[in-house]
Amino acid sequence: MAGHIPYSFVLVGVGGQGTLLASNILAEVGLAAGFDVKKSEVHGMAQRGGSVASHVRWHPEQVFSPLVGLGEADILLSFEKVEALRFAEFLRHGGTAVVNDMAIVPVTVSSGTAVYPGDEHLAKVFDALDAELVMVPGERLAQEAGNVKAANVVLLGAVSRLLPLPEETWWECLAQRVPKKFLELNRVAFASGRAAVTKAGLKA
Amino acid sequence: MKRVLSGNEAIARGAWEAGVHVAAAYPGTPSTEILEELSRFPHVYAEWSTNEKVALDVAIGAAYAGRRALAAMKHVGLNVAADSFFYASFTGAEAGLVIVSADDPAMHSSQNEQDNRRFAQFARVPCLEPSDSQECKDFVAAAFDLSELFDTPVMLRTTTRTNHSATPVELGERTERAAKREKFPRDPSKYVMIPANARRRHPLVEQRVRDIAAWAEKSPVNRIEWRDRKVGVVTAGVAYQYAREVLPTASVLKLGMVYPLPEQLIRTFAAGVERVVVVEELDPVLEEKLRLLGIPCEGKSIFPLCGELDPTVVRKSAAAAGLPVDKPPVELSELPRPELPARPPVLCAGCPHRGVFQLLSKKKVPVTGDIGCYTLGLLPPLSAIHTCGCMGAGIGVAHGAAKAGIGERMVAVIGDSTFYHAGLSALANVAYNKANVLTVILDNRSTAMTGHQPNPGTGFTLQQQPSEIIELEPLVRALGIHHVATIDAYDVDGLEKAYKELMSHQEPAVLVARRECPLLPEIRRQWVPLHVIEEKCTGCGICFRIGCPAILKSEELDEKSRKPLALIDPDQCTGCEVCLQLCPHDAIPTRDQIRMAEEKQPASCSTPVTGGS
Repeated sequence: MAGHIPYSFVLVGVGGQGTLLASNILAEVGLAAGFDVKKSEVHGMAQRGGSVASHVRWHPEQVFSPLVGLGEADILLSFEKVEALRFAEFLRHGGTAVVNDMAIVPVTVSSGTAVYPGDEHLAKVFDALDAELVMVPGERLAQEAGNVKAANVVLLGAVSRLLPLPEETWWECLAQRVPKKFLELNRVAFASGRAAVTKAGLKA
Repeated sequence: MKRVLSGNEAIARGAWEAGVHVAAAYPGTPSTEILEELSRFPHVYAEWSTNEKVALDVAIGAAYAGRRALAAMKHVGLNVAADSFFYASFTGAEAGLVIVSADDPAMHSSQNEQDNRRFAQFARVPCLEPSDSQECKDFVAAAFDLSELFDTPVMLRTTTRTNHSATPVELGERTERAAKREKFPRDPSKYVMIPANARRRHPLVEQRVRDIAAWAEKSPVNRIEWRDRKVGVVTAGVAYQYAREVLPTASVLKLGMVYPLPEQLIRTFAAGVERVVVVEELDPVLEEKLRLLGIPCEGKSIFPLCGELDPTVVRKSAAAAGLPVDKPPVELSELPRPELPARPPVLCAGCPHRGVFQLLSKKKVPVTGDIGCYTLGLLPPLSAIHTCGCMGAGIGVAHGAAKAGIGERMVAVIGDSTFYHAGLSALANVAYNKANVLTVILDNRSTAMTGHQPNPGTGFTLQQQPSEIIELEPLVRALGIHHVATIDAYDVDGLEKAYKELMSHQEPAVLVARRECPLLPEIRRQWVPLHVIEEKCTGCGICFRIGCPAILKSEELDEKSRKPLALIDPDQCTGCEVCLQLCPHDAIPTRDQIRMAEEKQPASCSTPVTGGS
């Protein structure tokens, strides 16, 4: 794997969206690929529909901090659009934002005290960071694979395309977490996420 | 074999491998998963006790009986258990006794920020602090050994970032330990803390601290990592990881035991470096010790006292102090971003507390709250909670306000699990000292906030043993409270009627608002999403005012009012029917009406069963 810098991921979304499972799998994939790994997340109150973030780090030798610093994430994986904007500072200059094309409207918006920003802001913000923005229709692809709840597997598929690891490594870790009867569904979901990313790899 | 384990999983694994027999806790973020994990291992008795003090007494009793025992709690749990923590320090035990205190810097899910290393000092209890999951596992075992070696309880202090970070851990096997006693000890001079006995114990406890400090000088839990000698960092816990990341060239004294401290080792380290810097989260506990030893050092003059550390904070602070950082702090440019809508945690769709808060909000009564999901009743648009301090506080605070002669009728709200935890004795006080407080017990049959742990209202225990439910209404009546009603929390009119009746007496009253949390797996299966009939909706907005995340504003506007119509998100809606009881235009059909309509047109297929996501 390229370079001696650690790979750092920040996964964000809304409590209940499955970010914790995705960060677990990401940590396991790193370990299976021979890296030292650390993962950090927050449980409790935020899980009740609040903004949530998990951090995952891989390093060929040793990871110290379990938390990613601001401006240090190689990949920001956002399960929801406004959360991508909220946590954009974590992405390093030239990093990649993988954003699920999904809006979960906060109560502050539905009660009329705030406005949900338009999609054009995503491009502006990540342009300003000189970052790649990859939009993934997670729910749609998951639905096509057979179940809308596999959106997190679609998103992991997209992330996998950005990293130089064999697809099998990902799949082996995923398969351990998925009930047997849903293996095929998840394989399709993962593949469709992978295919949704046209340009493989990350910018230096 | 290495596995990625969270700190909590590693603590559980470590305790099991070390031969723990009894473990007790009350759920509390970030400590909850320790007992959940431990309960799944063989040869361990694990329970959710009714509160942290009880949990600690249970662990102490098991350790007196000669079996290794562990109690786990969040930082404020140790406030509840403090009385027991202090006597256990004086008595010691017959077998290893370990108390896990999981602190929550930054208050991710807590009412305050406190540094429980102070409790270790305060009670003269040795304290180990791991900095990753491997150390979580190793230090639990070390803690049990230390406990038996010095006849003392041992604290394992963690923070959210060690509890909820996951790192690779080498797994081991369990060492079975025979019970150290056949019979319960009859040794009053050691275990009966009347003044005469306690006076004899105190000097022994102080000597024990000196003995452990001497042990700590040689223990591998404390170590010096010599690198460049210009800067020497003294650190412990997760702060060690940030220091290593940000100051890679500095020498480090890594303290695995944060009380008592190894004075000689600290002096040796300080003498070997030019500039001593203490990197620690929250209180300057290590820094104060260095200063007492007369060692010039910097700590809180560089790093913040409040909140948690992270690489960004440590790098920025260290760079400003001229320390040799790995790279310059990141310069954040202003991003071209509109103001983002806040996304605070909310009462979930279908939350059975919503109807109660809607009512209390409407009645504009002063409401003292408590700790749980329902604390979220403070948020707009419901804005129905006016105080929240700690577990069980609400009922006593309402009682005090009533006795002070405030001209309003006080209402206290408390969850079922919190009621069993610390509300029961407060309600006994309301009953006996006769305050005209209305106590609303929000009985959702679960300890929901921390992830649906069982409690005495659920009828089963942590290890899935059936048990007798402690019913709330008979319990409350047994306290001598005569005005009591149990109402389905989804019944909006029923709640209001009962409320009015209970408020009509100037005496203690209790309303049990009962309905299972819809996120419980067996309830989830019964969800029936509702919908809005556009032709009937006028955009009046009444349903928006109950703060349900499943009720959205539609793009469609009402023709007359030009206000947005209501729209129900079928993925979130549970079908609780609270909104439709408030809708003045009958624009939301009931579950029964939906079912009948479906029976007439059995065209659409049901939602598929899911998995793997």
